[in-house]
Amino acid sequence: MLTEIRPALLVLLLLTLLTGIAYPLAVTGIAQVAMPAKANGSLVITNGKTVGSSLIGQCWDDPKWFWGRPSATTPACNGAASSGSNLGPSNPALREAVQKRIEALQQADPTAKDLVPADLVTTSASGLDPDISPEAAYFQVHRVALSRGLGDDAVRKLVEQHVTPRWLGLFGEPHVQVLQLNLALEQGH
Amino acid sequence: MTGNAILQLVVYLAALLACVPLLGGYMARVYEGQPIRLGRVLGPLERLIYRLSGVNPDQEMAWKRYAWATLWFNVAGALVVFAIQRLQGVLPLNPQGFAAVAPDLAFNTASSFASNTNWQSYGGETTLSHFTQMAALTTQNFVSAATGMAVLVALIRGLARKSGTTLGNFWVDLVRTTLYILLPLSVVFALFLVGQGVVQTFDASATVDLLNPLKDDKGASILTQILALGPAASQIAIKQLGTNGGGFFNANSAHPFENATALGNFVEVLAILLIPAALCDTFGRMVKDRRQGFVLLAAMTIVFVAVTLFALSFEHSPNPGLAGLHIDQSVGNMEGKEVRFGATGSAIWSIVTTVASNGSVNSMHDSFTPLGGMLPMWMIQLGEVIYGGVGSGLYGMLVFAIIAVFIAGLMVGRTPEYLGKKIEPFEMKMAALVILIVPALVLVGAAVAVVVEPGTKAIANPGAHGFSEILYAFTSAANNNGSAFGGLSANAPFWNTALGICMLVGRFWLIVPVLAMAGSLVGKQHIPSGPGTLPTHTPLFVMLLIGVVLLVGALTYVPALALGPVAEHLSFGVTR
Repeated sequence: MLTEIRPALLVLLLLTLLTGIAYPLAVTGIAQVAMPAKANGSLVITNGKTVGSSLIGQCWDDPKWFWGRPSATTPACNGAASSGSNLGPSNPALREAVQKRIEALQQADPTAKDLVPADLVTTSASGLDPDISPEAAYFQVHRVALSRGLGDDAVRKLVEQHVTPRWLGLFGEPHVQVLQLNLALEQGH
Repeated sequence: MTGNAILQLVVYLAALLACVPLLGGYMARVYEGQPIRLGRVLGPLERLIYRLSGVNPDQEMAWKRYAWATLWFNVAGALVVFAIQRLQGVLPLNPQGFAAVAPDLAFNTASSFASNTNWQSYGGETTLSHFTQMAALTTQNFVSAATGMAVLVALIRGLARKSGTTLGNFWVDLVRTTLYILLPLSVVFALFLVGQGVVQTFDASATVDLLNPLKDDKGASILTQILALGPAASQIAIKQLGTNGGGFFNANSAHPFENATALGNFVEVLAILLIPAALCDTFGRMVKDRRQGFVLLAAMTIVFVAVTLFALSFEHSPNPGLAGLHIDQSVGNMEGKEVRFGATGSAIWSIVTTVASNGSVNSMHDSFTPLGGMLPMWMIQLGEVIYGGVGSGLYGMLVFAIIAVFIAGLMVGRTPEYLGKKIEPFEMKMAALVILIVPALVLVGAAVAVVVEPGTKAIANPGAHGFSEILYAFTSAANNNGSAFGGLSANAPFWNTALGICMLVGRFWLIVPVLAMAGSLVGKQHIPSGPGTLPTHTPLFVMLLIGVVLLVGALTYVPALALGPVAEHLSFGVTR
């Protein structure tokens, strides 16, 4: 019964050195040499300024930008403390929150009469979803175009160019990366 | 549900099943000590570990010694995880300067990672230093997985050996699993993940300037966004391959830095079931009848496909709670889901992670439709034998196979036998322990939690859903899953302690009867099958096995599920 205590401690120590220290160090070493941009957070740099990560969603409230998914982190879009809302489907608080977001979108663009795409008024799982559905982007085209003095068609075309289709036409869902779209908007303007 | 959703499921299954013979055969060679190519590279390291720790790799162990080795190793592992958390403030690699973890939380996390549960009461990026994540958690990701596989292999040897009293050497099985199976797969997988955008750095965070300055609730300006970073990819790789599930970040596999792309998501969800599915073939090869393994795999796959189709249908449905609002829910129930995965990628993942004892999530199960959220909970309650955790899933399924032949034996009045071994009262007692301990933990635990104030205080959602949160928590802990209805505020002394105990009992009180059963089986004379033997390689046995799993594993929980998700589902028609 007690004979196995010694090997238990020693094997644990050796496997800790191997899997808990050597392995992550080796992977970090290779990753930092071979793929430094991705290993360090896929940061987006324009004009010498780091404006975000192409993988992490940001919050937008100015009508001239495309808005992303609502975020349940504290404060919203907190990249240092990810979290979902965990509101249950029957929770009245969920219904109220969604209703408020619909109203905010309608206020920002009173001409938008279409039903609001669900992803634009529900919080993401991480609170840091970088993407919206193409429908959610098209929904905002008129508002963005108006506040920038652009034609709807030009902005819609820009959205079309930024739609990432399913991988191999099969996996995931078509999406638009909001930060990239907004950067393109800014640069084209 | 769309055609694309079904196609995603079909391609997923095809990829999974294609890997089974390759990996299954390889693992059989690892466990039978046959020469493998990696042995030339890692053989010296393997022998060095034995020499330094004083292990004689040729010495076989009887079941009791095997069990003591398993238990001591895991006790030591849990104590080390606890100690590292308590001391992280003075240990290196703590760029965020995190203080020691509170004792109840440290106990919970130690139980959680030693038992391969990986329930997270903590938020990774806000609580744990890089050193804790690596030396404590990544290590346990490997060795708790290897423990499960070692116990499985001991049970397989108990069935496969024609005579004898020993089951192999725990240290050899543990080290060979880690060195030759988990580590090489993890290195390749981790680097692939970095290529998809999963972070791997020792920096604590990056700060970026916002194009759109914001105001917080108090009116103060927010001009920057801080992005938590860390050595995530190396941990994510083993968290999926070892059916661990504990995320580097709080949002787990929903966090873009843990699961960045649709391709990465596909490979991650494949990695969860890869080893559990392949172990079926390893089993078949080791008992010298591959059909026996494929029968178990078939039973698992049938249940998995059926349940996943329902899950897809539920999550592609609009949330009735939002009915009547000016909203287009044609893409499904999107609260708590990421756009790049959508309803399809989230629903498939939710079932994969709960049939296995993985528990990582790429969407928030708490916000699923009532029935969509019930399915993951129910899959855990089946005992995680549909593929299941690495090792633990198949040893659970073998227990069910033994129960199935026992029931069939009762029907025709013959002594039941499985793979030429007579199933007698001792085996049935152990099997009964295995299938009774966990439901007792879940139902008694949930019953206590709903009547005491520290239990109900943690509930986040009103009504029946609040009960579902409690039921899910005990289900997840006792079955060593680790996923959650995350609204529950489980980081409190009552919950940390109760769930920590459930995790330990649910893991190790199962391992001991399983090893005892293996020890009893290995000594039994192998009897050749006769005309009265129930063949266990036929479609009939597949159906019998599915029937037993559903009957035993599910009926236990129907009343409880009726009070939670079912009641919530029915309430929609009433309130609106």
